[in-house]
Amino acid sequence: MFQATALNRRNARIETGMRVAYLGMTLMLIVPVLLVLGVLIDKGAPALSWEFLTEVPLKGMTEGGIFPALMGTVALVLVALLASVPVGVAAAIYLSEYAPNTWLTRLVNLAIINLAGVPSIVHALFGVGAFVMFFGFGTSILAASLTLAVMTLPVVIVSTRESLRAVPQEFREACWTLGATRWQTIWRIVLPNAISGILTGVILEVSRTVGETAPIMFTGAAFFLPFLPQSVFDQTMAMSLHLFVISTQVPDVPEALPYAVALALIAVVLVMNAASIAFRVVLRRRKKW
Amino acid sequence: MVAAVLAESVAGDAKIVVKKFSVHYGAYTALSGVNLAVARNEIFSIVGPANAGKTSFLRVLNRMDALTSGMRYEGTVRFDGHDIRKWRNLYALRRRIGVVFPLPVGLPLSVFDNVAMAPRLRGVRHRDELEEIVERCLRRAALWGEVKDRLTALGSLLSGGQQQRLTIARALSQDPELLLLDEFSIAIDPVTTMKIEDVLLELKKEMTIIMVTNLVQQARRISDRMAFFHKGRCVEVGETAAMFDGDVRDEQTLDYLRGRFG
Repeated sequence: MFQATALNRRNARIETGMRVAYLGMTLMLIVPVLLVLGVLIDKGAPALSWEFLTEVPLKGMTEGGIFPALMGTVALVLVALLASVPVGVAAAIYLSEYAPNTWLTRLVNLAIINLAGVPSIVHALFGVGAFVMFFGFGTSILAASLTLAVMTLPVVIVSTRESLRAVPQEFREACWTLGATRWQTIWRIVLPNAISGILTGVILEVSRTVGETAPIMFTGAAFFLPFLPQSVFDQTMAMSLHLFVISTQVPDVPEALPYAVALALIAVVLVMNAASIAFRVVLRRRKKW
Repeated sequence: MVAAVLAESVAGDAKIVVKKFSVHYGAYTALSGVNLAVARNEIFSIVGPANAGKTSFLRVLNRMDALTSGMRYEGTVRFDGHDIRKWRNLYALRRRIGVVFPLPVGLPLSVFDNVAMAPRLRGVRHRDELEEIVERCLRRAALWGEVKDRLTALGSLLSGGQQQRLTIARALSQDPELLLLDEFSIAIDPVTTMKIEDVLLELKKEMTIIMVTNLVQQARRISDRMAFFHKGRCVEVGETAAMFDGDVRDEQTLDYLRGRFG
């Protein structure tokens, strides 16, 4: 019979200990999320209704719905995505596939990481200076979305760059030896295999964009504007700012209302993410290696 | 000087002429002192222990150095008499050179698309024509029988040996003038290896083949001439049969060929 030595037994104990520790950490991550969701649903769900989502706010925002804020948030996110995804993906392709490994490239990479750490209020001030004033967009959806786009660009660039780098170098070399140009290689081999990772970055960007308040409050989001914007040059309400306003700035708001807005805000994130997750699942089914 | 004479001996009908050649990665020199010529329609093999610079040599021939950060070569390489350093469109150069890697790289595409990729890159669009090329190349690579019913399956899901033959088929689909094989038989069984060696003997009627191999006997079986690389130097170049018969200038070569290398 095999006899476990003291060392074997000790290794087994450590193994069990580590497994339990990691499990514990994972659970600690899940618990706060469940608590937040639980509180929101408990306090906010009674105030949720179809009318809440489709009507304008009434009586100094103490009654009525959030329709303009809901639509405004969707518009802000979509315009921000339209601006940041093409630019971010193109920049990432350059950095991952074309850029020589020089000090300049390393500096750019470092700058991108640092850009991700800039506080959102600083981006807000940049947005006011650049888009609202210099480009003359005024306080508008366009200015706010571009500010959000600049803010989330590092997320898109870094996640895209990493998913491009995850494509094995052998694939590129095999393609090059066939006489393919870099672009043909990127288009036929690299991008199809990196697309699910790129979409993950987009999901992250959506989540972050939906919740941001500071960058939009000076650049395009309105305190109270109970009708829909007509173009990207109009101001709009947004859910994140609306939540801030009714939680802190308006007296006599029913307790359930902010919770309901918060719940709706999270629902918007989930719906937008679900769309790109579904897309990703379809693409991943075609994953090739 | 001897090398120059050797180069002269085939220069009349040389496909590749390499002179004063060296390869560097940054400050590191992987290979130097190479002077050799490869005749049209011959199988030229390069043997030598690991780290001898064999793969680096192949990589310069299709100018992969231009795509590899820090890699560069010195000296001249002439392809059909043209200096490949002055070749403007490297993509056009690479299309004339087929490459087979030591470990199979099935591109994440279907079997069909793997083989059809090079023809598509050079502008073949008609389905019939593509199908004809794919079948011909897969047959030549001794793979057609095994995959003809699953051409739409992913190339990367084939077994290692099948993927290796797939990459050979893919290289052939370029209709290359020059075929570079880097230890093609590492991942395949002896029976298939023999089949492919037969194929190579057929192919040399149409193209020039340069083959890096660790199997000395493989070089002996199919190559017309060979070079022995050792520790980043080209030790010598000669007729395969003569070298195996002991006609060598350096004892190391014979030791290596006879399997007495330490």
